[in-house]
Amino acid sequence: MNRAPATINSYDERDVMSGFVRGLKCRLCGTTYGKEPLNFCTEDFGPLEVDYDYDAIRQNVSRDLLERRPDTMWRFREFLPIDGEPAVGAQVGGTPLIKADRLAEALGVDKLWIKNDAVNFPTLSFKDRVVSVALSKAKEFGFETVGCASTGNLANSVAANSAAAGLTSYIFIPADLEATKILGTSIYGAKVIGVRGTYDEVNRLCTQVAFKYNWGFVNINLRPFYAEGSKSVGFEIAQQLGWRVPQHIVVPMAGGSLIGKIPKAFDELARVGLIDDATCKVYGAQPAGCSPISTAVKNGWDSHRPVRKPNTIAKSLAIGDPADGYFAIKLIRESGGWAEDVTDDEIADAMVLLGRTEGIFAETAGGVTVAVARKLIEQGRIPRNEEIVLCITGNGLKTQDAVVDRLEAPTIIRPSLEEFSPLVAETPAAVV
Amino acid sequence: MAIRIHIPTPMRQHTDGNAVVEVSGETIQAALDALGEKYPAITQRVFDNGQVRRFINIYLNDEDIRYLDNLETAVKDGDEVSIIPAVAGG
Repeated sequence: MNRAPATINSYDERDVMSGFVRGLKCRLCGTTYGKEPLNFCTEDFGPLEVDYDYDAIRQNVSRDLLERRPDTMWRFREFLPIDGEPAVGAQVGGTPLIKADRLAEALGVDKLWIKNDAVNFPTLSFKDRVVSVALSKAKEFGFETVGCASTGNLANSVAANSAAAGLTSYIFIPADLEATKILGTSIYGAKVIGVRGTYDEVNRLCTQVAFKYNWGFVNINLRPFYAEGSKSVGFEIAQQLGWRVPQHIVVPMAGGSLIGKIPKAFDELARVGLIDDATCKVYGAQPAGCSPISTAVKNGWDSHRPVRKPNTIAKSLAIGDPADGYFAIKLIRESGGWAEDVTDDEIADAMVLLGRTEGIFAETAGGVTVAVARKLIEQGRIPRNEEIVLCITGNGLKTQDAVVDRLEAPTIIRPSLEEFSPLVAETPAAVV
Repeated sequence: MAIRIHIPTPMRQHTDGNAVVEVSGETIQAALDALGEKYPAITQRVFDNGQVRRFINIYLNDEDIRYLDNLETAVKDGDEVSIIPAVAGG
């Protein structure tokens, strides 16, 4: 269906300028709040979520209108919680959805796509989506200093987007993070604080800093707005599939937020009439060295048991006490999906497989997603003849150490045909 | 000396604006009960049927009490107790 708007037909519609956000609402008790930098309910500490006027959105969007806009996440601006134009990250999103036939053959399935946020702009992970919303909101609220606790990708994104927006940023990371992710934060002039501790300890410190200094922390006091940016992954997938959703989607899990926002996006599109059906089974992927959510799903628990000391090469997923774990478990179960976890060896193998079948170099979290998909297919939980989307959320150039020992070293020769030709005869694969 | 309980900013409306409340007690439970005696409104927000609510973490001197003895964790004068809402990450 294609619902034409009655009076709105340009990019700068008047209603969009004030947005469609009513305010914030507690996910537990429903208490409402205004649009303010607050992330939890003062009645029961429940997380707050953005509350939209979907009837108004329905009156103002159509497939045609959205498709005529530039191919960025802001194509779906009515469903994102900013007022007016995005002040930060106008070019974020619009990443490819790739029909992955060679990987499909390797996994033994018929229909497989990859949503490739390894090439998201500007810092090569899906985090640019959440950060562009959070920092646009930070500008609206008048914050001049922003920050985050991060396992790496969020650090890169907050640092880069803050630099572009002229904001001062403080980035708190576990001190043992991959060197590339630290360098990819410092380059933007961010003040980087390496904390000797786990991500959860960094996060706790950050919350205390946020209370003391009243800065805009993207994943603390700006979190309700920040988290909404993840929905754009789901909006784009549905649009790229021709305004419909896949039957199965596999999503990596760290804090457990993204996996909730993709089906939320599908539900919102259905609610305003842009798609007919939002039914999709959702599968969560975690590394075995930090699998609180998948462990809870597999054991039938309602909430996760925290992992005190995560130990995995997938450091971007090493959150032992995921804040959205409870919701992720519930969502996975209600969708009819499942969750699995995979070893470091399986993760690295899957990174190589993805590279060699699809030409995509994903970070370790991508290896987790592909390896978990393979496991679920082999278990028969994901049927081989149905449509599957895998979410690749970060770029392998950031986590090179994970695979360096698995790759052939280049053959070194003098610049001579005499030395080269025998190599072709001996190892034909080497010239592919 | 006493046990110092740190209150998150948005919750200070329930503690007369105080960022830190000093109490005494032998365990985390006793300290939080003492907090509740001074400011009853905070207790009903931290506890639900005697259990710490799902989206709250409580720390004793920077250590999550779930990794200690939970509410039975022993405390002494000079200890710092923090009530911190769970936050997202990535």
